[in-house]
Amino acid sequence: MEDFLHMGGYARFVWPAYGLGFLVLAWNIWSALRVQRDALARARRRAEIGRTEGE
Amino acid sequence: MATWTWFHKLASPPHFYRIAGKMIPWFAIPAALLIAAGLYGGLVLAPADYQQGDAFRIIYLHVPAAWLSLMCYMTMAISAAVGLIWRIKLSHALAAASAPIGASFALLALATGSLWGKPMWGTYWTWDARLTSELILFFLYLGYMALRSAFDDLTRADRASAVLALVGSVNVPIIHFSVTWWNSLHQGSTVMRKGGPAMPVSMLAPLLMAAAGFTLLYAALACIRVRGEVLIRERNATWLKELGSA
Amino acid sequence: MSGLTTSLPRAAWLVLERDLRLAFRRWEQVTHPVVFFVMVATLFPLALSPEPALLRSIAPGVVWVGALLSSLLALESLFRTDLEDGTLEQLTLSGQPLAWLLLSKTLAHWFLSGIPLVVAAPVVAVSLAAPGESIGVLMLSLALGTGVLSFIGAVGAALTLGSRRGSVLLSLLVLPLAMPVLIFGSRATDQAMRGDLSNGPLWLLAAMLILAVTLAPLASAAAVRVSLE
Repeated sequence: MEDFLHMGGYARFVWPAYGLGFLVLAWNIWSALRVQRDALARARRRAEIGRTEGE
Repeated sequence: MATWTWFHKLASPPHFYRIAGKMIPWFAIPAALLIAAGLYGGLVLAPADYQQGDAFRIIYLHVPAAWLSLMCYMTMAISAAVGLIWRIKLSHALAAASAPIGASFALLALATGSLWGKPMWGTYWTWDARLTSELILFFLYLGYMALRSAFDDLTRADRASAVLALVGSVNVPIIHFSVTWWNSLHQGSTVMRKGGPAMPVSMLAPLLMAAAGFTLLYAALACIRVRGEVLIRERNATWLKELGSA
Repeated sequence: MSGLTTSLPRAAWLVLERDLRLAFRRWEQVTHPVVFFVMVATLFPLALSPEPALLRSIAPGVVWVGALLSSLLALESLFRTDLEDGTLEQLTLSGQPLAWLLLSKTLAHWFLSGIPLVVAAPVVAVSLAAPGESIGVLMLSLALGTGVLSFIGAVGAALTLGSRRGSVLLSLLVLPLAMPVLIFGSRATDQAMRGDLSNGPLWLLAAMLILAVTLAPLASAAAVRVSLE
């Protein structure tokens, strides 16, 4: 395990790289879902308004 | 013809919304598995490179990220062209969705390339041909997104950025060629060796898995983002109102 | 209306001639970018060091960066006045192929912004201790390169027409596309300075110019149409 974390002495390059990798992957997923979620919420609200206006 | 009706169906927003929604797990789950397998294989299982030691493991992020940044640009350009020529709004939506994805992976490619560069060449940045053309690609993405945000009207934003994407796509091979040529004049003894057929299977397999996983991830992300775009663009359509009250 | 009364070549010529004529009335649109070019080139010896050996090694790059920035400045004036007085709209409604008319406009712009740079270049090059033999190649590379920059820049200018923060956005769009021109242009001069043949980069610049002249007007026309909607 020690050796694995040590990465043959290159730990301070490899781990930040993988950290950034996970960050970018996570951001992409979060950002896409957020766009979808916000748009859906707005659409729902608009449908609500539409229905209450029709009554 | 059956394929054309399928295509027309897909270009219709309500159908796309439904179909894309169903496809997301089919993209996302294999993507997660492939990426996990690829990164685990690259980080843990693959043997250390005899010259670069464990630093080479960065390749398992760097190459898929660079590949994705290029693929996103191509998709962006092609869907922009389709949207411009056949006036399909969904196509424009796909172009718009691809930009932030591609830009973030271009940035990742640059950052991982830089972190790989330090142990390899002794410096965090070098005007290596690939890094430099990737940097310019990143600039092109930024310009595209900047142009998009400069327009209030969505149709104009779509069409203007489509023109830009197409001009850029003509330029991408020129940029790549010119930078490679320029850099080759300064090429010292170090050449960034690309893992190709020279790579043993134990190193290559995780790389391919990671690349495939990233590609499927892009497909899933594109579905999610374009569905979001559809909801915004089609906000006045009746099918959407029915959906919202469902 | 049975047909167009003006032939395309005549219409294109009229556009070109008009732009050239108008420029003579607004001479500062031609001179300001050149002055900017000279000033930018002057910044480098001031910021770095006046040592001739250093200056000579950076001369091609400095001249080319200065020319690139100056071209960006000059692009502002390509469409601005025509947009303001409605001429641009008239061009799109004229019934003539817009791409050809824009080709004319861009040619005029190249003549008005690029050629003055070519003329000013020897002065700047000498001030940066560049050897005499390289100046010819420098001028030729600039002549070709400013053409490419005008045509690519026209697309950018058309896309950012009337946008409030147009000039910064224009730079963001055009600079990445202009980098190959910069590379080959300064490479040609650099090679001439070292006594090598500079044919390769020059031919590539010429090829880029041909590509730009044939394709860019189409993109510019599409962009103008989008911007005027």
